[in-house]
Amino acid sequence: MAYVTDRKRVTGLGSARSGTQQHWTMTVTSVALLLLTPFFLVIIGGLLGQPHADVLASLSRPVPALVVAAYLVVGMHHMRLGMQVLIEDYTRGLSRKIGLIATTILCYGLAAGGLVALAQIAL
Amino acid sequence: MADVNRGNRPLSPHLTIYRPQLNSITSILVRITGNALMVGAILVVWWLMAAASGAAYFGVIDGLITSVLGDLVMAGSALALWYHALGGVRHLIWDTGRALDVASADRLGWAMIIGSVVLTALTLIAI
Repeated sequence: MAYVTDRKRVTGLGSARSGTQQHWTMTVTSVALLLLTPFFLVIIGGLLGQPHADVLASLSRPVPALVVAAYLVVGMHHMRLGMQVLIEDYTRGLSRKIGLIATTILCYGLAAGGLVALAQIAL
Repeated sequence: MADVNRGNRPLSPHLTIYRPQLNSITSILVRITGNALMVGAILVVWWLMAAASGAAYFGVIDGLITSVLGDLVMAGSALALWYHALGGVRHLIWDTGRALDVASADRLGWAMIIGSVVLTALTLIAI
Protein backbone atom coordinates (compact mmCIF):
# COMPACT_ATOMS: atom_id res chain seq x y z
CA MET A 1 0.00 0.00 0.00
CA ALA A 2 1.38 3.34 -1.07
CA TYR A 3 1.35 6.31 1.30
CA VAL A 4 -0.27 8.80 -1.06
CA THR A 5 -3.54 10.61 -0.77
CA ASP A 6 -6.41 10.14 -3.18
CA ARG A 7 -5.86 13.68 -4.43
CA LYS A 8 -2.18 12.97 -5.18
CA ARG A 9 -3.09 9.81 -7.11
CA VAL A 10 -5.43 11.58 -9.53
CA THR A 11 -3.76 14.97 -9.97
CA GLY A 12 -2.59 15.44 -13.54
CA LEU A 13 -4.63 12.56 -14.93
CA GLY A 14 -7.31 14.87 -16.29
CA SER A 15 -10.84 15.45 -15.09
CA ALA A 16 -14.05 13.75 -16.11
CA ARG A 17 -15.18 17.17 -17.29
CA SER A 18 -12.64 17.45 -20.11
CA GLY A 19 -13.34 13.83 -21.07
CA THR A 20 -17.03 14.63 -21.40
CA GLN A 21 -16.14 17.62 -23.57
CA GLN A 22 -13.96 15.42 -25.78
CA HIS A 23 -16.74 12.85 -26.17
CA TRP A 24 -19.31 15.52 -27.03
CA THR A 25 -16.97 17.16 -29.57
CA MET A 26 -16.49 13.77 -31.23
CA THR A 27 -20.28 13.30 -31.30
CA VAL A 28 -20.90 16.70 -32.92
CA THR A 29 -18.09 16.39 -35.47
CA SER A 30 -19.09 12.80 -36.31
CA VAL A 31 -22.62 13.90 -37.23
CA ALA A 32 -21.22 16.73 -39.36
CA LEU A 33 -18.83 14.30 -41.08
CA LEU A 34 -21.66 11.80 -41.67
CA LEU A 35 -23.60 14.47 -43.56
CA LEU A 36 -20.54 15.63 -45.53
CA THR A 37 -18.95 12.25 -46.35
CA PRO A 38 -21.10 11.26 -49.39
CA PHE A 39 -20.60 14.69 -50.98
CA PHE A 40 -16.88 14.75 -50.19
CA LEU A 41 -16.33 11.27 -51.67
CA VAL A 42 -18.24 12.09 -54.86
CA ILE A 43 -16.40 15.42 -55.32
CA ILE A 44 -12.84 14.25 -54.58
CA GLY A 45 -13.31 10.72 -55.93
CA GLY A 46 -14.71 12.11 -59.17
CA LEU A 47 -11.81 14.54 -59.60
CA LEU A 48 -8.90 12.14 -58.98
CA GLY A 49 -7.27 11.44 -62.33
CA GLN A 50 -9.12 14.24 -64.15
CA PRO A 51 -7.24 16.87 -66.22
CA HIS A 52 -5.73 19.73 -64.21
CA ALA A 53 -8.01 22.36 -65.76
CA ASP A 54 -11.15 20.37 -64.88
CA VAL A 55 -9.96 19.94 -61.27
CA LEU A 56 -9.36 23.70 -60.94
CA ALA A 57 -12.73 24.51 -62.54
CA SER A 58 -14.63 22.17 -60.19
CA LEU A 59 -12.86 23.19 -57.00
CA SER A 60 -13.27 26.92 -57.72
CA ARG A 61 -17.07 26.49 -57.67
CA PRO A 62 -18.45 27.53 -54.26
CA VAL A 63 -20.30 24.36 -53.23
CA PRO A 64 -17.50 21.82 -53.93
CA ALA A 65 -14.97 24.19 -52.33
CA LEU A 66 -17.22 24.61 -49.30
CA VAL A 67 -17.75 20.84 -48.90
CA VAL A 68 -14.01 20.08 -49.17
CA ALA A 69 -13.06 22.95 -46.84
CA ALA A 70 -15.65 21.99 -44.23
CA TYR A 71 -14.64 18.33 -44.47
CA LEU A 72 -10.96 19.18 -43.92
CA VAL A 73 -11.59 21.47 -40.95
CA VAL A 74 -14.10 19.23 -39.17
CA GLY A 75 -12.38 16.01 -40.23
CA MET A 76 -8.93 17.04 -39.04
CA HIS A 77 -10.32 18.25 -35.70
CA HIS A 78 -12.05 14.86 -35.33
CA MET A 79 -8.84 13.10 -36.42
CA ARG A 80 -6.76 15.00 -33.87
CA LEU A 81 -9.06 14.04 -30.99
CA GLY A 82 -9.26 10.43 -32.21
CA MET A 83 -5.50 10.06 -32.46
CA GLN A 84 -5.20 11.65 -29.03
CA VAL A 85 -7.27 8.76 -27.62
CA LEU A 86 -5.01 6.23 -29.35
CA ILE A 87 -1.83 7.88 -28.10
CA GLU A 88 -3.13 8.28 -24.54
CA ASP A 89 -4.20 4.62 -24.47
CA TYR A 90 -0.89 3.14 -25.60
CA THR A 91 1.90 5.56 -24.64
CA ARG A 92 2.97 7.49 -21.56
CA GLY A 93 5.52 10.05 -20.46
CA LEU A 94 7.69 11.80 -23.02
CA SER A 95 6.62 9.70 -26.02
CA ARG A 96 2.98 10.55 -25.20
CA LYS A 97 3.77 14.27 -25.15
CA ILE A 98 5.75 14.11 -28.39
CA GLY A 99 3.01 12.03 -30.01
CA LEU A 100 0.27 14.44 -29.00
CA ILE A 101 2.23 17.47 -30.23
CA ALA A 102 3.19 15.78 -33.51
CA THR A 103 -0.36 14.65 -34.34
CA THR A 104 -1.75 18.08 -33.45
CA ILE A 105 0.72 19.75 -35.81
CA LEU A 106 0.07 17.17 -38.52
CA CYS A 107 -3.74 17.38 -38.31
CA TYR A 108 -4.03 21.16 -38.18
CA GLY A 109 -1.19 21.48 -40.71
CA LEU A 110 -3.10 19.29 -43.16
CA ALA A 111 -6.30 21.29 -42.65
CA ALA A 112 -4.40 24.55 -43.15
CA GLY A 113 -2.56 23.22 -46.21
CA GLY A 114 -5.81 22.10 -47.80
CA LEU A 115 -7.51 25.44 -47.08
CA VAL A 116 -4.61 27.42 -48.57
CA ALA A 117 -4.71 25.18 -51.66
CA LEU A 118 -8.47 25.71 -52.03
CA ALA A 119 -8.02 29.48 -51.66
CA GLN A 120 -5.27 29.49 -54.29
CA ILE A 121 -7.46 27.47 -56.66
CA ALA A 122 -10.55 29.63 -56.12
CA LEU A 123 -8.79 33.00 -56.45
CA MET B 1 -10.10 6.72 2.91
CA ALA B 2 -12.54 4.00 1.92
CA ASP B 3 -10.32 2.61 -0.83
CA VAL B 4 -7.42 1.06 1.08
CA ASN B 5 -6.53 -1.69 -1.41
CA ARG B 6 -4.74 0.42 -3.99
CA GLY B 7 -2.83 -1.10 -6.85
CA ASN B 8 -3.38 -4.63 -5.62
CA ARG B 9 -6.76 -5.37 -7.11
CA PRO B 10 -7.48 -7.96 -9.82
CA LEU B 11 -7.38 -6.43 -13.30
CA SER B 12 -10.34 -6.85 -15.60
CA PRO B 13 -9.73 -9.45 -18.32
CA HIS B 14 -8.00 -7.99 -21.38
CA LEU B 15 -7.33 -9.01 -25.00
CA THR B 16 -5.17 -11.99 -24.03
CA ILE B 17 -8.00 -13.44 -21.89
CA TYR B 18 -11.09 -12.84 -24.00
CA ARG B 19 -11.87 -15.00 -27.02
CA PRO B 20 -12.19 -12.70 -30.08
CA GLN B 21 -15.82 -11.92 -30.82
CA LEU B 22 -17.74 -9.79 -33.29
CA ASN B 23 -18.18 -6.89 -30.87
CA SER B 24 -14.52 -6.63 -29.94
CA ILE B 25 -13.23 -7.09 -33.49
CA THR B 26 -15.62 -4.54 -35.02
CA SER B 27 -14.73 -2.06 -32.24
CA ILE B 28 -10.98 -2.55 -32.70
CA LEU B 29 -11.43 -2.09 -36.47
CA VAL B 30 -13.19 1.26 -35.88
CA ARG B 31 -10.05 2.47 -34.08
CA ILE B 32 -7.68 1.06 -36.72
CA THR B 33 -9.65 2.45 -39.69
CA GLY B 34 -10.01 5.88 -38.06
CA ASN B 35 -6.30 6.25 -37.49
CA ALA B 36 -5.33 4.65 -40.81
CA LEU B 37 -7.42 7.29 -42.60
CA MET B 38 -4.54 9.65 -41.84
CA VAL B 39 -2.77 8.13 -44.88
CA GLY B 40 -5.68 8.95 -47.19
CA ALA B 41 -5.97 12.45 -45.67
CA ILE B 42 -2.29 13.18 -46.30
CA LEU B 43 -2.57 11.98 -49.91
CA VAL B 44 -5.72 14.01 -50.64
CA VAL B 45 -4.27 17.22 -49.15
CA TRP B 46 -1.00 16.64 -51.02
CA TRP B 47 -3.05 16.22 -54.21
CA LEU B 48 -5.00 19.44 -53.45
CA MET B 49 -1.79 21.40 -52.84
CA ALA B 50 -0.31 19.98 -56.05
CA ALA B 51 -3.41 21.11 -57.97
CA ALA B 52 -2.95 24.62 -56.55
CA SER B 53 0.76 24.74 -57.36
CA GLY B 54 0.55 24.10 -61.10
CA ALA B 55 -0.11 21.63 -63.92
CA ALA B 56 3.32 20.00 -64.01
CA TYR B 57 3.52 19.05 -60.32
CA PHE B 58 -0.18 18.14 -60.35
CA GLY B 59 0.57 15.61 -63.09
CA VAL B 60 3.16 13.90 -60.88
CA ILE B 61 0.95 13.65 -57.79
CA ASP B 62 -2.22 12.82 -59.74
CA GLY B 63 -0.25 10.05 -61.47
CA LEU B 64 0.89 8.76 -58.08
CA ILE B 65 -2.59 8.78 -56.54
CA THR B 66 -4.19 7.11 -59.58
CA SER B 67 -1.48 4.47 -60.06
CA VAL B 68 -2.36 0.86 -59.22
CA LEU B 69 -0.95 1.29 -55.71
CA GLY B 70 -2.64 4.70 -55.39
CA ASP B 71 -5.97 3.24 -56.49
CA LEU B 72 -5.61 0.46 -53.93
CA VAL B 73 -4.84 2.96 -51.14
CA MET B 74 -7.73 5.22 -52.18
CA ALA B 75 -10.20 2.32 -52.47
CA GLY B 76 -8.99 1.02 -49.10
CA SER B 77 -9.43 4.51 -47.65
CA ALA B 78 -12.99 4.64 -48.98
CA LEU B 79 -13.69 1.28 -47.33
CA ALA B 80 -12.07 2.48 -44.09
CA LEU B 81 -14.04 5.73 -44.23
CA TRP B 82 -17.40 3.99 -44.71
CA TYR B 83 -16.60 1.38 -42.06
CA HIS B 84 -15.53 4.07 -39.58
CA ALA B 85 -18.62 6.15 -40.43
CA LEU B 86 -20.95 3.18 -39.80
CA GLY B 87 -19.05 2.47 -36.58
CA GLY B 88 -19.75 6.08 -35.62
CA VAL B 89 -23.45 5.57 -36.38
CA ARG B 90 -23.41 2.54 -34.06
CA HIS B 91 -21.88 4.70 -31.33
CA LEU B 92 -24.53 7.39 -31.90
CA ILE B 93 -27.23 4.70 -31.53
CA TRP B 94 -25.56 3.30 -28.41
CA ASP B 95 -25.27 6.80 -26.94
CA THR B 96 -29.07 7.04 -26.93
CA GLY B 97 -29.17 3.94 -24.74
CA ARG B 98 -30.54 1.70 -27.49
CA ALA B 99 -29.27 -1.61 -28.94
CA LEU B 100 -26.89 -2.28 -26.06
CA ASP B 101 -27.78 -5.99 -25.71
CA VAL B 102 -25.47 -8.55 -27.32
CA ALA B 103 -27.89 -9.65 -30.04
CA SER B 104 -28.54 -6.07 -31.21
CA ALA B 105 -24.84 -5.19 -31.05
CA ASP B 106 -24.04 -8.26 -33.16
CA ARG B 107 -26.65 -7.26 -35.73
CA LEU B 108 -25.17 -3.76 -35.90
CA GLY B 109 -21.68 -5.28 -36.22
CA TRP B 110 -22.70 -7.29 -39.28
CA ALA B 111 -24.51 -4.22 -40.64
CA MET B 112 -21.22 -2.29 -40.37
CA ILE B 113 -19.20 -4.99 -42.15
CA ILE B 114 -21.69 -5.63 -44.95
CA GLY B 115 -22.80 -2.00 -45.19
CA SER B 116 -19.26 -0.68 -45.53
CA VAL B 117 -18.50 -3.09 -48.39
CA VAL B 118 -21.78 -2.20 -50.16
CA LEU B 119 -21.25 1.57 -49.71
CA THR B 120 -17.64 1.30 -50.95
CA ALA B 121 -18.82 -0.59 -54.05
CA LEU B 122 -21.49 2.07 -54.66
CA THR B 123 -18.89 4.82 -54.22
CA LEU B 124 -16.48 3.22 -56.67
CA ILE B 125 -19.32 2.76 -59.18
CA ALA B 126 -20.56 6.35 -58.72
CA ILE B 127 -17.20 8.04 -59.32
